[in-house]
Amino acid sequence: MTATAPIRGEAPALVARDGQAPRPDSVPIDAPLALRGVTVSYGDRPAVFSVDATFPSRAMAAIVGPNGAGKSTLLKAALGVIPRLSGEVHVYGQPIDQARARIAYVPQRASVDWDFPTTALDVVRMGLYRRVGLFGRMSGAMTDRARACLDRVGMADFGNRQIGQLSGGQQQRVFLARALAQDADLYLLDEPFAGVDAATERAMIDVLHGLKASGKAVVAVHHDLATVRDYFDHVFLINVRRIAEGPVASTFTAANLQATYGGRLAATHLDTLDLATAAP
Amino acid sequence: MGAEFVQFSLTPILIGVLAAISCALPGNFLILRRQALVGDAISHVVLPGIVVAFLLTGVVATVPMLLGAGGAAVVAVILIEAVRRLGRIEPGAAMGVVFTTMFAGGVLLLEQSDTSRVHLDVEHALMGNLESLIWFRADGWGSLLDPVALADLPEELGRIAVVCLMMVVLTCVFWRWLKIATFDEGFARSLGIPAAAVGFGLVVAAAVAAVAAFDAVGSIIVIAMFICPPAAARLMTNRLGVQVAWSVVFATLSAVLGYVLAGYGPLWLGFGNAVSAAGMIATVSGVILGLACMFGPHRSRIGQPRGAGA
Repeated sequence: MTATAPIRGEAPALVARDGQAPRPDSVPIDAPLALRGVTVSYGDRPAVFSVDATFPSRAMAAIVGPNGAGKSTLLKAALGVIPRLSGEVHVYGQPIDQARARIAYVPQRASVDWDFPTTALDVVRMGLYRRVGLFGRMSGAMTDRARACLDRVGMADFGNRQIGQLSGGQQQRVFLARALAQDADLYLLDEPFAGVDAATERAMIDVLHGLKASGKAVVAVHHDLATVRDYFDHVFLINVRRIAEGPVASTFTAANLQATYGGRLAATHLDTLDLATAAP
Repeated sequence: MGAEFVQFSLTPILIGVLAAISCALPGNFLILRRQALVGDAISHVVLPGIVVAFLLTGVVATVPMLLGAGGAAVVAVILIEAVRRLGRIEPGAAMGVVFTTMFAGGVLLLEQSDTSRVHLDVEHALMGNLESLIWFRADGWGSLLDPVALADLPEELGRIAVVCLMMVVLTCVFWRWLKIATFDEGFARSLGIPAAAVGFGLVVAAAVAAVAAFDAVGSIIVIAMFICPPAAARLMTNRLGVQVAWSVVFATLSAVLGYVLAGYGPLWLGFGNAVSAAGMIATVSGVILGLACMFGPHRSRIGQPRGAGA
């Protein structure tokens, strides 16, 4: 990865403190997702404050932080699903609105009404809506591709099921299949493993690692500290402000986690985690 | 079933059917978005808007009525926000207070104003005037081919036919946007689809349907047309397209059966007078919903309740 400019100074915590610090004008051309000064507010309380982040290509990245730290908010604001108060979002060096075809998104499973009258296959076909537009014909080849995506997540036999009749894990697999149908370069997932069974989690990780192997980038909001090291290459720690970001090996440290979680992370919990040794 | 039917029953039935379909089409999406209350709200708010539009212009015509209803909707939104903030109460309560107050204001305004020349009074506001929308010039089925007689068709028929056509076209054109923005708004936005505009457009379309149907079935019973046919249709299928088709079938059935039962039902039972057609149409749609609840093939809810996102 070569950046066109150094992205941040020596003391990231200070950069984030007032939101006024000078930011580099250029964004790295090859970064799948780069955020600059993103602030989101619910009412008068900032949920995400002046966050800079740069996610690497050909990697699995996790956004990690305590409940209410703004993990999902950051992802949604990056996508424009919720409005940003300020800040810029670039995807592979382009403003996000010009690069939507390169993005796939898996929302939180609980964010939709699964009683909706539609089938698993039809949900996957929604991943093709951008391609077919309002009037384009959904060709047989496209439906075949949707079926192939269902097959990749082990759901080939469930295409005609009404989505409410699927288990939580199966629903999450259908959402992942829809993202696969989008055939993107950058995959953004919001808590993809929340409330799913172990077999689904394993199957999804295999698919995501396959995406990484084929040169795609994955960014996931993740809440399970115990699996960060197993699943991810890169970690972004957030608690309203950016705390730290970098390779898991050097960034996922006890000190950074304490800074992120404050008193909410018991020392005994830290002991059970497979943490990186202190950063060099 | 000849000349008399064409003269007295054909146009009211057609108007009833078109009004029911116009409301049922947007109603499908309102229900799936858990916004059925919006239909209720609209049906209340349009009344003072229509009355004020009449008082200002002195005529009952489509464009002033639509503008009046639109203005009333804007006033309603402002009032709701004001009540919510100043009264510090939850949005549902604020809506309930504003809609009922505005409707009551509309009723009072209507009683105080001189509307005897036109079909605009409290009774019509509540129940419509379907029975009076008859085709004087018609003297049999042949009149359908007679330009002179056709020119005399009640203008309400043309109005509701245009609105119904508009609803059909809008539903078809924006089908994919409506579907994705209703099922998964966040995903729709990530695709760059203007989900907020889709939601707003849906409410506007519902308001247009409500104003157009006001003539025929009255503002209160419009709510039954928004909710009952689509809700019953949801219980018949697990496919959105099929659901919308069922809702059209149920809307048509409610209008035809309701009109016939209102006209002839009491006579069959030995009573002297016919009853309100609009009331009977709403009742029939409720009965259909009840039957669908009991016998519909997809009446059990298996999916998880909607959870709260982090």
